[in-house]
Amino acid sequence: MHYSATVNGRQLRFADLRILMGKASPKRAADELAGLAAESEVERAVAQQILAEVPLTTFLEQPLIAPEHDEVSRLILERHDPAAFAPLASLSVGEFRDRLLADGGDLSALAAGLTPEMVAAVSKIMRNQDLIAVARRCRVISRFRNTLGLDGRLSTRLQPNHPTDDPRGIAASIIDGLLYGSGDAVIGINPATDNLHNVRTLLELLDDVIRRYQIPTQSCVLCHVTTAMELMQRGAPVDLVFQSIAGTEAANRGFGIDLALLREAKAMAEALKRGEVGNQVMYFETGQGSALSANAHHGVDAQTCEARAYAVAREFSPLLVNTVVGFIGPEYLYDGKQILRAGLEDHFCGKLLGLPMGCDVCYTNHAEADQNDMDNLLTLLGVAGCNFIMGIPGADDVMLAYQSTSFHDALYLRQVLGLRPAPEFESWLERMGIFDGDNRLSANSAKTQLLGRLSTLIQ
Amino acid sequence: MAPRDPWFELRRYTQARIGQGRAGCATPTQPQLEFQLAHAMARDAVHQAWSVEHFAQVLAAKTWQSLALATPILNRRHYLQRPDLGRILAPASRDTLQALEVPAPDVALVVSNGLSSTAVETHGLPLLAAVIEAYAECALSISPICLVANARVAVADEIGALLGAKASVIIVGERPGLSAADSLGIYLTHAPQPGRTDAERNCLSNIRPPAGMSYTAAAAKLAYLTRQALQRQLSGVALKDDMREGAVPSDGEPMLNAR
Repeated sequence: MHYSATVNGRQLRFADLRILMGKASPKRAADELAGLAAESEVERAVAQQILAEVPLTTFLEQPLIAPEHDEVSRLILERHDPAAFAPLASLSVGEFRDRLLADGGDLSALAAGLTPEMVAAVSKIMRNQDLIAVARRCRVISRFRNTLGLDGRLSTRLQPNHPTDDPRGIAASIIDGLLYGSGDAVIGINPATDNLHNVRTLLELLDDVIRRYQIPTQSCVLCHVTTAMELMQRGAPVDLVFQSIAGTEAANRGFGIDLALLREAKAMAEALKRGEVGNQVMYFETGQGSALSANAHHGVDAQTCEARAYAVAREFSPLLVNTVVGFIGPEYLYDGKQILRAGLEDHFCGKLLGLPMGCDVCYTNHAEADQNDMDNLLTLLGVAGCNFIMGIPGADDVMLAYQSTSFHDALYLRQVLGLRPAPEFESWLERMGIFDGDNRLSANSAKTQLLGRLSTLIQ
Repeated sequence: MAPRDPWFELRRYTQARIGQGRAGCATPTQPQLEFQLAHAMARDAVHQAWSVEHFAQVLAAKTWQSLALATPILNRRHYLQRPDLGRILAPASRDTLQALEVPAPDVALVVSNGLSSTAVETHGLPLLAAVIEAYAECALSISPICLVANARVAVADEIGALLGAKASVIIVGERPGLSAADSLGIYLTHAPQPGRTDAERNCLSNIRPPAGMSYTAAAAKLAYLTRQALQRQLSGVALKDDMREGAVPSDGEPMLNAR
C-alpha cells in the first residue's frame, strides 16, 4: 500500500511503509548512504505527518522485513503480547506519542505489547525532549552481583583496554578507574585479539581483582560468544557473555551468530551460577548502521534496524545493553548533532522495549564531533535516566582509537544531577575510603590504603 | 597546578591517560589541553589532503615507476560520507589502466592516504622501499605503484583486476587515534576483482615505527603471506598466519581502517 500527500500543489508519494519510515527519519548519513533518506526537508516533514496517522496495528499486519526470510521478524511477532498491547491497539503513531507524553507514572508495563517498529516510528516524530521525558519513566532494573538501573542511580563500565592486552597495563587502568569510583556496571575489556589463552588470562585477572577486593561488580572480556563458550567449557571464570548484535538475521549472521547460538551461550553462563543478587548473564552491544554496513538492512532505515536489535536483546533478559553510538563513523552518523540524536533515540527505544540501556557516548576522529558534543549527550542521557555509561582513562581508548567518556565525566554527572552508583558498589566505595558518604570522591581518596594493596596487581 | 595522582607512575605500563589528577570532578587544565592538542593532530591527519603529484615525483627520483589514479571522490568531506565511491576508480583512471601495456604482474601495488594523509607522508616511502625489496628477494613481480588519493581498501580489487594481477596489495592510512595519527595498514587480496569481501583479505595493521610495527617486519610478513596466497590460491580468513618469529599481529582491528 502506498502513501501520498499534496503540499503546495506538489504531490509526494511514498511507495510503502518501509520507504515512509526511512523518509520520516531525522536526517543521518547512514540513510543517505543507503538511499533511504528524504530528499528534502519538506519531504521529511510530510513523511512524518503521514507516519503519525499510521495505526500501530499496521506494524503487526505489514512486517517491514518478511518473517519467512528473517528470524528476527519471526521473533518480534511471536513474542508480541496482545494483552499488553490492548490499551494501545486503537492508536495511531501520532496518538501514541501524545499518550506517552500525557500519562504519568511508570511505562514499563507497555514493553511486552510494543514491537521495535512501533517504537522506532513514534521516536521519529518525537523531539529530543520527548525522548528524554518518556525514557525517564521507563525503569529497567537488572541484577548480577549488584543492582543496576534503580531510580537516581548511574553506573559505569570500567573499560581498561590496552593495545596489546598487557595485563600490567590493563591493571594500571583498572586501579585508576576504581580509585575514581568507576566499574559498577561491569569491568569490561575489549581484547586486542580473540585468542583463547589471551582471553582466559584477562578473565582470570578480572576474577582475581573482584575476588581479592570483594568488589560487588561483574567482569567481562568482550570476545566473540563462541570464544566465551569454549572458555566456559574449559572452566574459565566467565561472569557475563558478551556479543555484538544487530536487527536482522543476515546482519547477525555477519557477526557469526543466530538466536539459537545465543540461547546456548546464555544457558551455559546461567549454569555457572556466578551471580549473587541475580543471574542476568548477557551483555549486548549495538549501534545504528551495523545492518547497513553488513549490507543486510533489507532497505530498512538504520534507526529501525537498531530498534529491531533490541528485540533480539530482550529475548535474553540481559544485564546490560550498550548502544555504541558514535563508534561506527561519519558515513553513518556524520556529526555531533546526528550522534546526539541517535544516542537519545537508542536509549528511548531500548528503554520503552524494556531493556537496561546504557550508552557508549563516543566518536571517532573522522567524525565532525568533539568532547563538547559528548558533554551534551552525556548530560542529556543523565537526565533521561540512562543506566550506565563508559569510564575510560581520560576518555581516550588507546586500543580502539576512539574517544568516549572518562572517569571524570561520570563524577561530573553524579555531581550535577545527584546520581549515585549502584547501592552495593556505593557501599564498597565508602568502605574503601574512595567515596566520602556524600556521593563524592574522598578528599584523601588518593591516599587510601587501597592504592598500596591494588598496586600488588601489577607485580 | 592540580597535582597528578600518586599512581601516575603506573603510566610506564600503558599509554592510557591514567593518574591525571582532578580539579573538583574535572580534568585539570594541563592534561585537558594535552587532550585537545592530540585531538587536533588526529583531526588534521584526517582532513589533510594528500598530494599524489608530489609523492609521484619523490618516487620518480628513486626511479620507481608510478601511476596517478583517482576515485570519483571530490574532497575529504565527500570521502568521509561516501565510502562506496572510495572503492571504485574514476572512469578516466579506468581507461588509463585499460590502455596500459605492461605484462600482468604477480602483485598490483597500490598506495592511498585513506583516513590519514599524515601516515602515508610519514611512513609511505620507507615502507614501500621495504616492500619492494622483500618482493624482489622472493622474485615476485610488481605493477607500477598505483597512487590513489581518497580511496578505500576495495579500490585495489578493481585495479588488480584491470592489471590482471594475481594478487593486489594496498598500503593505506588508518583511522587516526589520539595516541597514533600516523599508522599505516596493508591489505592483501588474492585474485582481486570487484565484489571481494573483507573476509577474503589479510591485513597488517599499526605500521608506524618505532611505536608500532617496523617497515621490515611488515614487508617480511607481507611477502610471506603473498607467497602463501599465490601457492594456496586464496587469501583472507582461510589463510592463517603460521609465521612464528617476530610476533606481529596477523589480523588488525578491521573497524579502524578505511573500508
